[in-house]
Amino acid sequence: MDLEYTAEQKKFRQEVRRWLADHMPAEPLQSFDTDTGFKQHRRWEKTLAEGNFAMVTWPQKYGGRGCNLIEWLIFEEEYYRARAPLRVNQNGIFLLGPTLMEYGTSAQKTRYLTPMAKGEEIWAQGWSEPGAGSDMAAIRCKATRTGDTYVINGQKTWSTRAAFADWVFCIFRTDPDSLRHHGLSFILVPLNASGVTVRPIRQLNGLTGFAEIFFDDVQVPVENRLGEEGQGWQVAMATAGFERGLMLRSPARFQETAKQLVELYHSHRNDILDLSIEDAVVKSFMDAEAYALSTYQTASRLIKGGKIGSESSLNKIFWSELDQRMHETAMSILASRAELLPHAPAAENVGNWLDDFLFAQSGPIYAGANEIQRNIIAERLLGMPRK
Amino acid sequence: MDFTFTKDQQLYHDSVKRFLTAKVTTEYIRQSWASHTGSSAKLWQGLVELGLTAMLVPKAYQGLGMKLLDFILLAQECGRVALPEPLLETTMVATPILGTLAEKDPRCRSLLHKIAAGEARIAVLHTVNNLISDAHNADWLLLPKSDQLHLLARDQVRLTAQASIDPSRRLFTVEWQGSSETCLTSGTEGVALLAFILNCGALATAAQLLGLAEAMLAMTVQYTIDRQQFGRPIGANQALKHHLANCAVATEFAKAPLYRAAYTVSQRPSQADLAISHAKVAAGEAAVLTAKHCIQAHGAMGYTWECDLHIFMKRAWTLDKFWGPAGFHKNRLRLWLMDTKAKIGADQTFSTQS
Repeated sequence: MDLEYTAEQKKFRQEVRRWLADHMPAEPLQSFDTDTGFKQHRRWEKTLAEGNFAMVTWPQKYGGRGCNLIEWLIFEEEYYRARAPLRVNQNGIFLLGPTLMEYGTSAQKTRYLTPMAKGEEIWAQGWSEPGAGSDMAAIRCKATRTGDTYVINGQKTWSTRAAFADWVFCIFRTDPDSLRHHGLSFILVPLNASGVTVRPIRQLNGLTGFAEIFFDDVQVPVENRLGEEGQGWQVAMATAGFERGLMLRSPARFQETAKQLVELYHSHRNDILDLSIEDAVVKSFMDAEAYALSTYQTASRLIKGGKIGSESSLNKIFWSELDQRMHETAMSILASRAELLPHAPAAENVGNWLDDFLFAQSGPIYAGANEIQRNIIAERLLGMPRK
Repeated sequence: MDFTFTKDQQLYHDSVKRFLTAKVTTEYIRQSWASHTGSSAKLWQGLVELGLTAMLVPKAYQGLGMKLLDFILLAQECGRVALPEPLLETTMVATPILGTLAEKDPRCRSLLHKIAAGEARIAVLHTVNNLISDAHNADWLLLPKSDQLHLLARDQVRLTAQASIDPSRRLFTVEWQGSSETCLTSGTEGVALLAFILNCGALATAAQLLGLAEAMLAMTVQYTIDRQQFGRPIGANQALKHHLANCAVATEFAKAPLYRAAYTVSQRPSQADLAISHAKVAAGEAAVLTAKHCIQAHGAMGYTWECDLHIFMKRAWTLDKFWGPAGFHKNRLRLWLMDTKAKIGADQTFSTQS
């Protein structure tokens, strides 16, 4: 155990810090769930790619730097420290990207990874269906193979970023006689394909962060399939592992939220009568630290050849419920002003807490509801009986 | 940057775990309750032969010259089996203290030799506890008085037994008169060493709490597999799965803070207070939560003397309050965090701030 950064890692941190200081947008970008904001964020992805910072862990030939996971954590720390824009292509770079690395052919890697890194192709996720939410194996949306083409029919829903994205990665039933986890395939679909209809869904904050997607005889070539036909469930589980695990929510995000919470507490200290709030602030700091420490531990283990499996469910529960508690605490500190929208005259200095509080409510739901994660922990990590 | 244990640390951990699991069974613990001292010379000899008492003694005094970080996984194992021996007070608390004084104090040197050889046990009092554990079995006692730290032989003090709900914990209040002869250190150094004692005690306790949480969880999972109701194992019920999953989450996120704390004591002493307080709070919360859900999963069985769960539950409840309860440690963190000069944020986890 050696909890010191190497000279090279320190140098890398300085390089990231300097680059971000020189390239950060002058004004905060609008939400990427608006048309204008989406375009701004796409440009920002391009800027990151030009600086070779789009996805530092990827191999150089796909636009990365070949960094290890510790360096990725350093990058993320600097990124959140600088309050840099959220990643509009997170479905692509954090979820599909690692899945492509594991299951993609070399032609697929070349085809998809570079445009993904440059923000030229922004990805949505298409797994859930009206009848397949937590029970993802109930997928009914069909991809029927005729020669070298899949013909897709059915509906996906809760597709994050689909309102403005270019592509969606989906799981479809390719074997019509199959049941549950069998006979599914992982297929990449351009959202401008003929027969695709995207219907945006308004979220709690009024913006269209996700959408329904309707497929009506949509044709895509067989080479858009990732992994073998019928292997879709395994491929999707690898993606889900990334989503719940290391990639989607780096600890830096929560550490910066905890820091802002401490600052918010300081600035309202004299108005706060509820003694439990200070305790909640301290606890937020501790838990964000614990998540960071645990992630460094996991990253170190993975660098030495370890694997991450069902343990990622522990992470998902921890960060999502921590995020919720931190934002509940912020709302308690802001008290009667907590509900004010940013343009309300009295909303000065309330920051982004309200919007982030709303978003924090989705954490325990998306990427597999926390109840499902608890089942996974109980059955796969602890060995409790399925029935 | 590497947050893993070395191969050697893991191998040693495995062998200590095997030894403790084989020797310190719940049957053994129940037998030890009936004995006068609660302790076994044979078991102690086994621990000595494994090298546990010599590990943290500097090489100059016939020890193995290792660090608290090397001991942390072993302390976790002592918790996992609810070890009823005063091993950690001697090794993880008294030994590092005597080590810092050894160069200038021949008493400490001779005592370190004896500890390494397994011939001396030390009990340690601290004002945060006011009770001293296993003093009846100790050859020597480390005792604080304002800014002074004293070393007294057991026959120089008067002990009054204070019965604990955990029959393995032999607690005492101690009456004693120090003199300039018994005083090891005082003043600034004394204050620093008393703080160090507290940190070492809290670290050893946090490790045990984590081991206890893991032990309770494992035995309760087994119980939910074996126990049938409504024609199926009770562990198939989602309510129980979710309770126990919550224990697994709390336990998992107490681990990295514990190992960071053990690293910090030797590598970054200026940050040790915060790291250790974090570890103690997190491990205590994990253990107490796990005790609560585990007794619930056991139903009425968990409320009996016969069921082994209470061996671990009582240790968890008591250690959570020993060497500083959660409030004490959270308050240390709070005082630091609420100082506007505290450096926090994403880039600060491993920074060298004081």
